[in-house]
Amino acid sequence: MEGVLNQLPIGLSIGAVLLLAALGLTFTFGQMGVINMAHGEFIMAGAYTAYLLQGVGFLIALPAAFVVAGLMGLILERTLIRRFYGRPLDTLLLTWGVSLILQQLARDLFGAPNVQVASPAWLRGGIGILPYNRLFIMALAAASVLAIWAYLNRTGQGRRMRAVMQNRRLAATSGIDTGRVDQRTFFIGSGLAGVAGVALTLIGPVGPTLGTNYIVDAFLVVVAGGLGQLRGAVLAAIGLGLLDSYAEFWSDASLAKVAVFVVIIGFLQVRPQGLLSVRSRALT
Amino acid sequence: MTAPEEPVRRWRGTAGFAAVFSAVAVLALVAAPLLLEPFRLGLLAKYLCYAIVALGIGLAWGQGGMLTLGQGVFFGLGGYAMGMYLKLNDAGGDLPDFMVWSGVEELPALWKPFANPVFAPAMVVVLPVAVALLLGTLVFRQRVRGAYFAILTQALAAALVILLVGQQGLTGGTNGLTNFFGFFGHDVAADETQRGLYLLVAAVLGALYLGARQLVRSRFGRLLLAVRDGEDRVRFLGYDPAVVKTLTFAVSAGMAGIAGALFVPVVGIISPALLGVVPSLELVVAVAVGGRFELAGAVLGAVVMGYARTYFSEELPDAWLYLQGALFVLVMTLAPKGLAGLAAGLVRRREARA
Amino acid sequence: MVFALAVTALAACAGQPAADEASSGSSDTIKVGILHSLSGTMAISEVTVKDAELLAIDEINAAGGVLGKKLRPVVEDGASDWPTFAEKATKLIAQDRVAAVFGGWTSASRKAMLPVFEKRKALLWYPVQYEGLESSPYIFYTGATTNQQIVPALDYLKEQGEKKLFLVGSDYVFPRTANKIIKAYAAANGMEILGEEYTPLGHTEYGTLVNKIAEAKPDAVFNTLNGDSNVAFFKQLKSAGIGADQIPAMSVSVAEEEVKAIGPDNIAGHLVAWNYYQTTETPENEKFVAAFKAKYGADKVTSDPMEAGYNAVYLWAEAVEKAGTTDVEAVKKAAAGVGLDRPEGKVTIDGDNQHVYKTARIGVIQPDGQIKEVWNSGEPIKPDPYLKTYSWAGGLV
Repeated sequence: MEGVLNQLPIGLSIGAVLLLAALGLTFTFGQMGVINMAHGEFIMAGAYTAYLLQGVGFLIALPAAFVVAGLMGLILERTLIRRFYGRPLDTLLLTWGVSLILQQLARDLFGAPNVQVASPAWLRGGIGILPYNRLFIMALAAASVLAIWAYLNRTGQGRRMRAVMQNRRLAATSGIDTGRVDQRTFFIGSGLAGVAGVALTLIGPVGPTLGTNYIVDAFLVVVAGGLGQLRGAVLAAIGLGLLDSYAEFWSDASLAKVAVFVVIIGFLQVRPQGLLSVRSRALT
Repeated sequence: MTAPEEPVRRWRGTAGFAAVFSAVAVLALVAAPLLLEPFRLGLLAKYLCYAIVALGIGLAWGQGGMLTLGQGVFFGLGGYAMGMYLKLNDAGGDLPDFMVWSGVEELPALWKPFANPVFAPAMVVVLPVAVALLLGTLVFRQRVRGAYFAILTQALAAALVILLVGQQGLTGGTNGLTNFFGFFGHDVAADETQRGLYLLVAAVLGALYLGARQLVRSRFGRLLLAVRDGEDRVRFLGYDPAVVKTLTFAVSAGMAGIAGALFVPVVGIISPALLGVVPSLELVVAVAVGGRFELAGAVLGAVVMGYARTYFSEELPDAWLYLQGALFVLVMTLAPKGLAGLAAGLVRRREARA
Repeated sequence: MVFALAVTALAACAGQPAADEASSGSSDTIKVGILHSLSGTMAISEVTVKDAELLAIDEINAAGGVLGKKLRPVVEDGASDWPTFAEKATKLIAQDRVAAVFGGWTSASRKAMLPVFEKRKALLWYPVQYEGLESSPYIFYTGATTNQQIVPALDYLKEQGEKKLFLVGSDYVFPRTANKIIKAYAAANGMEILGEEYTPLGHTEYGTLVNKIAEAKPDAVFNTLNGDSNVAFFKQLKSAGIGADQIPAMSVSVAEEEVKAIGPDNIAGHLVAWNYYQTTETPENEKFVAAFKAKYGADKVTSDPMEAGYNAVYLWAEAVEKAGTTDVEAVKKAAAGVGLDRPEGKVTIDGDNQHVYKTARIGVIQPDGQIKEVWNSGEPIKPDPYLKTYSWAGGLV
């Protein structure tokens, strides 16, 4: 019985990891329709930033990774993705090419073997089965969601972002510089991937393929949550995290993964637009 | 949409390209067994298997606008159906080797019908088509499309790999099915068998290519193009786009299944690593490089990329990912119509000059 | 355009073998194949084995070569992909015409290569401990089979009074077969198996598994996880407050290289079972470690599979000298009974199953990342891949 209870925080922490990995995607995918397969490599870049900043302080790695990954995203947006708006499927393949290059680059820069980031001393230990580093990841995910929520609802930039997300053309005719908003969205979305990368160093090794392990799951969270929906993403991530944790507890890790997939396909039968969606009469 | 004569001119360029392509392809494929030593011929046969999958992707994605990132699933279903038959045939009534060391004591019920030399080859096509029909019906009826569809097919590939790996006693796990001896009465390792298999693969590819070309030119093909370019408009005209898409998806799945079945005797192994997310994506890459809007481009892309992969892994293993990535970025930005687009452009320019 | 492409492709296809043929015509070298994953998930482990094999080739060449000829390695990348291993093995045999191939790590890569070597009657030297139940006439196994690693590890746990085990493994053939053997052993020796869990290769989310272990409260964990998963597993085990003093884990796929990646402070105190450690005290090992560091850098570590790969080259060279030719059948015949003093001690090829007599060693991981031997079998154990001499293993094969 204790084991069953323990699965609850474990599921929440899996959900927190998924949420961090998917949060940025919700916006780049939701606002710009860009399926960024290189998102996983931004996660990796964040993790390597934490690796390089070892000793400087773990908390400094978080903003640093945000900036590093954000800038990478910005460069990608400016140089390539900008040319592909309105061709979502092409961006998927384009960014996959970019992700291959970034992976090999990481391999050449840091070597093919995985590296280790030592957890800071204040994150060692834990309460019962739940280690501090898991609690920290949950707190980080919550803080990120809160920050994004405040940004979207309390700042002018955020409101413009929502406007573009809901109706790009109308926003443009209202005088919003959609290009600028796109850049900002991409910077923030990619930066969040960097933060996720730092968090991942607490639970596993850092390697060139770190991002690819999370990208499919992250996209599933976005699809299940509904495009550009902060609340949807949070609910989907937590739901999938709990599902994964309990399915693994009662069967095994392989079947848990398959169960998650089956549930999502089934779920999309009932709600093809995801958990929450912007109501729209637009035809595509 | 600029000038009314544009589509006509485009079509002429296409026809010219296809004609040149077909002629060269037939010549090259016939000459290959004379020029290549058995090992290289086997590799070419492998690329041609991938070309069959690519043909299906060209149909679904290039013509139908459905970006399928999970063709590996159908390739795998076909491959495993064939692999199971060959394994049982080799075992001659005993348990296949991997079951023995996985601790399976009795042939699982799932395997039993695959000993039948009619049932198993039929399943090569029936299984992928059935799965595609099911998935297509579920997904397209709900108007899930574009990126959503791409992500779902990708997740399907990921899930199938995990499932295959996890059921070792039933599927051979990560190892997959390997160590085949016979192929319908022939020694699968013999050079003559491999040459025969090469010719079989080339013939199947040729036949499927012609079939797909007919399909694209038919009424159905034009409806498919219309669905790609304006699904809702087609719906308003009284057609059901979901049916058109589902059928096309099923055809492309069937092709992948056939390719998988041919791949098994040619290469001698089928394993989860061959049908996951990455191999499925790589084939889409190949189609994009070759030119997704032309069926011939898809075929060409698969062969060119297959060859490039072998070449680089032998000569410069580290450079392959850079090259593959860079090629991809370049093709998508500079030549979204791929090699076929470039070639058709050349043909058209020459015609314009003449 | 298309035509040009097709023609160049064909010409290149046809041209390559011709060029290679010419170079292999020289009579003062012998080509040998080295086939490991130089890219992909297995590269971390396999590159080190490739390095050790190349070191052995260098040393043999420096000492005059084999049959008076220099060895020339042809290195190919298996890319962590089993079908690629089969393809590259075919290339090495059919096109490069190598005298022998040293390669493979995962059982899946070996199973994929096996038909290639058997059908083309060529030699593969496979350097990694594995799950047994195999004895191909064209493969030499220089790593441990189960009775030289897993069975001694179980004997040790039994001796220590660890009666309740929890089995953790990656989801592929080695862990599953190993666990089958462990279960048979446990049933015959009054031990209890409290759980048996598999995770996909590359899995990094071990919260649930750690929870299952915490709830089952075993005396020890028997760990057959492979590669990167070990990093995540031990990190998460430790941060859940389960240390080696409460529930020790016995690992059979964690060597010096992996300890470095996991971080010694995450895994110190846990047990491993191998046939060789960097700290093994023999004059040959002193030489091996020094030569390896001189060639590849002072921060490099040596491990069991590296040493087995290094040995494989020497054993093959010895068998070729004895046969007086590189002819496969003659080498196979000559190899039976070939014995050498190697870093792990005396190794001898068993002519019956082409495995090698090896000394089993249990070690404890130290905070500095090295492994301290706490028990060994005293003498090399005769390889028994099918466990025929163990009565409890009767129902296994």
